[in-house]
Amino acid sequence: MSESIIKGKVFKVGNDIDTDQIFPGRYLYLTSPEEMAVHALEDAIPDFYKKIKVEDWIIAAGEYFGCGSSREQASRAILYAGIKAVVAESFGRIFYRNALNAGLPIIKCPGIVKEIHQEDLMRVNLEEGLIILNASGKTLSIEKFPFQLLTILENGGLIPYLRKFKKFSHLKRN
Amino acid sequence: MHPLHQILAQAAGRNKVKTGEFIVAKVDLAEINDLYLQVLLSFKEMGGDKVWDPQKISFVMDHYAPAPTIKAAENQRKMREFAKDQGIKHFFDINRGVCHQVMPEEGLVWPEMLLVDTDSHTTTNGAFGAFSTGIGATDMAAVLLTGEIWFRVPEIIKINIRGKIGKGIMAKDIILYIISQLGTDIALYKEIDFDGEAVKEMSLDERLFLCNMSVEMGAKATYIRPDEKVMEYLSEVSPEKYKEYQMMKFTNDEIDADYESVYSFDISDLEPQVALPHRVDNVLPVSQAKGKRIQQALIGTCTGGRINDIKMAAQILKGKKIASSIRLLIIPASHKTLQKCIELGYIQTLLNAGATLATPSCGPCLGAHQGILSSGESCISTSSRNFPGRMGSTEAKIFLSSPATAAASALKGVITDPREFL
Repeated sequence: MSESIIKGKVFKVGNDIDTDQIFPGRYLYLTSPEEMAVHALEDAIPDFYKKIKVEDWIIAAGEYFGCGSSREQASRAILYAGIKAVVAESFGRIFYRNALNAGLPIIKCPGIVKEIHQEDLMRVNLEEGLIILNASGKTLSIEKFPFQLLTILENGGLIPYLRKFKKFSHLKRN
Repeated sequence: MHPLHQILAQAAGRNKVKTGEFIVAKVDLAEINDLYLQVLLSFKEMGGDKVWDPQKISFVMDHYAPAPTIKAAENQRKMREFAKDQGIKHFFDINRGVCHQVMPEEGLVWPEMLLVDTDSHTTTNGAFGAFSTGIGATDMAAVLLTGEIWFRVPEIIKINIRGKIGKGIMAKDIILYIISQLGTDIALYKEIDFDGEAVKEMSLDERLFLCNMSVEMGAKATYIRPDEKVMEYLSEVSPEKYKEYQMMKFTNDEIDADYESVYSFDISDLEPQVALPHRVDNVLPVSQAKGKRIQQALIGTCTGGRINDIKMAAQILKGKKIASSIRLLIIPASHKTLQKCIELGYIQTLLNAGATLATPSCGPCLGAHQGILSSGESCISTSSRNFPGRMGSTEAKIFLSSPATAAASALKGVITDPREFL
């Protein structure tokens, strides 16, 4: 990953935002980043793309963000829309992997929702495993990445990782 | 170790795996559907040239089958070209059906194998005693390149389903009830082992239904111990391979496993169940959901479109007409299912009742085509999800039910208890 500190304004969303709401089935044939970006979270937050066009944003979500389908388009649309990271109480399993593979920083932080407000400034320090909230000055701990996942994320996602190493040998260490 | 952990250990070239550890596992079969041109894009970006093993890769054109838009048609064309260039052995075009039915029918799913598929409902194949899970496009591209995938070894939950399955009660009722009791994330990052006399009593079609819907509880994979019903199916779909097939190593012994938790449900007195919008765990017994008006009923897809499901619908609708206010869509899970249902007369019965037959595929389940809902409409569906916008308009409502309840509701135009007609 290029930066270990990610900064942005909080875009708060609720619980159980599923992948159909993040990237509806009617657009799944789209493959270009520009076309996909405009539909990010379209069925959960009308005009989401327009709302986050200016400045850097971090999505802060409740429970089970990205539950539902295996569509990688959901994590890619968020990435292509320019979102810097997604912090949530918990994530859908396949969405979590897809985001990591696409190089979208994805952070589990139980307890985040009650600490933040829309448009608060937030800093995520991945190296130290901390979230710093500018408004309250509070510091929250994030769930640590296992070595294997951090390796993928540090290389910018699974594509750059495999382009570099050609195989999974770096992940076989326990 | 639990058989699912044994499969993972074997695939990782190890004697043992521990819950929570990360492994890199060899894949026995990788399936890609037509939503995922990204697999090919990621493969190319990784520097991929030749796939690791063209014999172990399968493509199924099912989600947008037949292609409803130019873009979808182009994606499918690119996949056909890729498969041809790479010498992919198992390419199933738009005339075959949904991957979760086509793969077993083609004799590609066996107990003990490790199978990955670009679809969350891949948990279906746990009904064969396989480790089978859904993955995204870039994970799949990595599989095409290396033949491997990383996994965190998951915890296992056991769910015992006890009691006698009542008249008109289907696997969908049972799994909706269980999801309503345990919640949609109870099995997140975990696997589910289904056991108990009700599971043993179920037909294979019903077990596939159970395992298919388990992803709606977050399950990574599922497991039902293979028995004679599985063996009979395998011997029918693949007699040659079956002859060579050695009886499973694991299944003759008692399963020795540490379950993270064990749940038990007695379903003897269970009523048909209906999941109300917009959550799969927002479930009521039909006695409390009945009377709600619907405009569409969908009986089909990989969740509720198998022979057993269509047979139940035909049984309820035989010699009757659906309500004039209703559109009843029948979308068999596969062409083989469709042909069998034609042979058995079920399709004729349903067409006589006023049903609309569509191409075996995912259909409107994911809001792609073949029966999209407008704002203000309600649909009762045997498919898997009732999220907002799943079948079209975010202002539409989706009720999930068994094929029996969907058929009875089509007859009356309102949500109806199917047991009145059985």
